[in-house]
Amino acid sequence: MKLLKHYIKSFLFLELLKGMSVTGRYLFARKITVQYPEEKTPMSPRFRGLHAQRRYANGEERCIACKLCEAVCPALAITIDVTERDDGTRRTSRYDIDLFKCIYCGFCEEACPVDAIVETEIFEYHFENRGENIMTKDKLLAIGDKYEVQIAAAKAADAPYR
Amino acid sequence: MPEIRNYTLNFGPQHPAAHGVLRMILEMDGEVVQRADPHIGLLHRATEKLAESKPYNQSIGYMDRLDYVSMMCNEHGYLLAMEKLLGIEVPQRAQYIRVMFDEITRLLNHLLWIGAHGLDVGAMTMFLYAFREREDLMDMYEAVSGARLHATYYRPGGVARDLPDSMPQYRASKWHSKKEVDKLNDNRSGSLLDFIEDFTARFPTYVDEYETLLTDNRIWKQRLVDIGIVTPERALQLGFTGPMLRGSGIEWDLRKKQPYEVYDKMDFDIPVGTNGDSYDRYLIRMEEMRQSNRIIKQCVDWLRVNDGPIQTEDHKVCPPKREAMKADMESLIHHFKLFTEGFCLPEGEAYGAVEHPKGEFGVYLISDGANKPYRLKIRAPGFAHLSSINEMTRGHMLSDVVAVIGTQDIVFGEIDR
Repeated sequence: MKLLKHYIKSFLFLELLKGMSVTGRYLFARKITVQYPEEKTPMSPRFRGLHAQRRYANGEERCIACKLCEAVCPALAITIDVTERDDGTRRTSRYDIDLFKCIYCGFCEEACPVDAIVETEIFEYHFENRGENIMTKDKLLAIGDKYEVQIAAAKAADAPYR
Repeated sequence: MPEIRNYTLNFGPQHPAAHGVLRMILEMDGEVVQRADPHIGLLHRATEKLAESKPYNQSIGYMDRLDYVSMMCNEHGYLLAMEKLLGIEVPQRAQYIRVMFDEITRLLNHLLWIGAHGLDVGAMTMFLYAFREREDLMDMYEAVSGARLHATYYRPGGVARDLPDSMPQYRASKWHSKKEVDKLNDNRSGSLLDFIEDFTARFPTYVDEYETLLTDNRIWKQRLVDIGIVTPERALQLGFTGPMLRGSGIEWDLRKKQPYEVYDKMDFDIPVGTNGDSYDRYLIRMEEMRQSNRIIKQCVDWLRVNDGPIQTEDHKVCPPKREAMKADMESLIHHFKLFTEGFCLPEGEAYGAVEHPKGEFGVYLISDGANKPYRLKIRAPGFAHLSSINEMTRGHMLSDVVAVIGTQDIVFGEIDR
């Protein structure tokens, strides 16, 4: 009897038809595809993408060259040189992040006592020439200036949790 | 009659079914495998050595990259060893968050496994279904840690940040109108916990769908039943853990046998196989997904009603809150000390092990009292599984080698470390 049942089942392709009914249902279901470049998936304010350096509202750069990010970076991607400016403040003369070394762990952002180095929500970027993987201080500050509104909003949204 | 000799076949490292960078030298007699010799080391990144050169807390990110489909579980193993030596207590809420994300990680891993395994064996569509669910799970990862894969979320003495109270939303575009987007955002309107709960409510039906597609399917069964049989005795001798061991009928799960965090308070079952073949291991992993879903639900329920700290108050190990750091001198000193020097572990040795989706993932830590490990040894479950591939594939056909690699759930990040 069991054998007979087995034969009937296998000749009727029952389990295959059941499987095809699942795929068939999805043929007519609402699509969940996101049309990527025009449309983006939601992004958390904690997202860790490309780095940026921020400024205070008066235009003064935040970074005070305390070198905490350089010390905490597991991948040793950050290189900092320090100088004293004419007004006696301590600032970086060089602030390089090697994006090939960076593992995007977010420790630099966590360590920074003045919220200068941040990781933004930018994740689409590319290099065209050798050496462009090194983010210099100018480049970082430029990104920070360009996306300040977005960065500030993300940081404000995440501030209660930090 | 001319003499017919065995010939040698190079399987991988670029073969699409070789799961990453596995290179196998197969000695074939016709289409039957006589000997399989896995060559490893193509993804060696010296994680163990690297960890010896940096403070304890800086290696967390590198643990993610060991088994790169079950990130948070790796971190957990490393932190368990560290916390054992430190002798610190992790707050309850952090323990629940850790358990919840361990199980989310298990789902992520098993979903990738079912997708890739299906793809290897010929069930193309499984991959698409599995990745649809992975998208939601990775959104959960992103919501808490800010990264979709390499989270770096667990910290010694807790987790990095508390669960967010809001989820990011889809935005309307020319492709999707406001109305459609609102529908997509339906489960994102509340907190992360709401989002997770909504997922746990949906997930069992998804697993049912996978099972409808695969479990009784005749091609699937022809490819998996009686392939790569391992007897219980042999499984123990070979050092199998996780679904590989349970597939052979041995009930061994670290979550039950030596509960860590709050697993002893969780209500779940361990599925066990009978034949020890690939099909049993498939069934076990499917059941494990359902059980993980149950655990996640229990964690969500607990986390909803119980608030509390998510890191220890010991600022020698955990950084103080940012507000305190900016206002209080002592906190600032702690902050600077922690991010430059890290912290020192007392002299001694410790072994921390978690039930990783693939088996027992353990970290053996030897400390000489400095702020970096004297030696760190990683026990990767995949290594023991892969070393048995000769035994499991001998006498099978070439196409079964692919099924066996799939059933072992090989990920090279952890094997080569």
